[in-house]
Amino acid sequence: MITLEKVRQRAESDAKTYGYYLHPDPDFLKDLLEGLKRNEERYGYPSCPCRLASGKFELDRDIICPCDYRDPDVQEYGACYCALYVRKDLYEGKTPILPVPERRPMEKQVRTYGTAVAQSALEKPAEKAEVTPQESAAEIKLKLWYCKQCGYVVFREEPPYICPICKAKRELFAEIKIHVDIRG
Amino acid sequence: MDIVKVSGKNNKHKVLMYAISTCAWCKMAKNFLKNNHIEYEYIDVDLCSEEDKEKIRQDILKRGGHLSYPAIVIDDKIVINGFRKDKISEALEI
Repeated sequence: MITLEKVRQRAESDAKTYGYYLHPDPDFLKDLLEGLKRNEERYGYPSCPCRLASGKFELDRDIICPCDYRDPDVQEYGACYCALYVRKDLYEGKTPILPVPERRPMEKQVRTYGTAVAQSALEKPAEKAEVTPQESAAEIKLKLWYCKQCGYVVFREEPPYICPICKAKRELFAEIKIHVDIRG
Repeated sequence: MDIVKVSGKNNKHKVLMYAISTCAWCKMAKNFLKNNHIEYEYIDVDLCSEEDKEKIRQDILKRGGHLSYPAIVIDDKIVINGFRKDKISEALEI
């Protein structure tokens, strides 16, 4: 079983690698780390403690801490969505730590809800045309992406916002298409 | 659906908080309401059944809110997403 200390060490090491800081309030930080521990115990992976997870790895992949949205959020707001990772000026109290708006796309948020009842048990069909949580993990199309700047390759639904290796922006990622040509 | 009621001297407004049991911001919001003696109810959405989660999703969106937590519904109308102390204080007149 994962210990709170292990969760803390993992976050500290990741913060150091990326030049971030952990939330300066020890009680708030402990709540976040305990949330991550709890999620790792119940889901098998440390999904964001402040977001609703589906419990299905493929659907939650983008919100596993450190989530896909951390780097752009820290860049723009100085903190990630749950405020586990913060920028130096926020850590030092020079800038207040405020709630960060959700950057996760709506279609991904919606997939978290009612995954077991999507088609069957809804009492009434949705009246207006809105995104419904009917997409199952099996329908997610994973693709190969590579960073044109450093060559980093990732097998995901979408390329990352920022390359974890060289920090290149999403626009610098391109899809790798593989064609198999068999001739006898 | 497991609705937890927290008693408080100030029951001028009907307050319902959709929260996540592991969320530090939600905990902060719960403590803020409690410390200000606000009577409120809360539901930890992650502990609900899939059917209830879906009902909550529809309820939040119907009221014009976002699917981020805490989502605080005041007097069945206003939804405040996130622990925005100024907005909560204004809506609750505290």
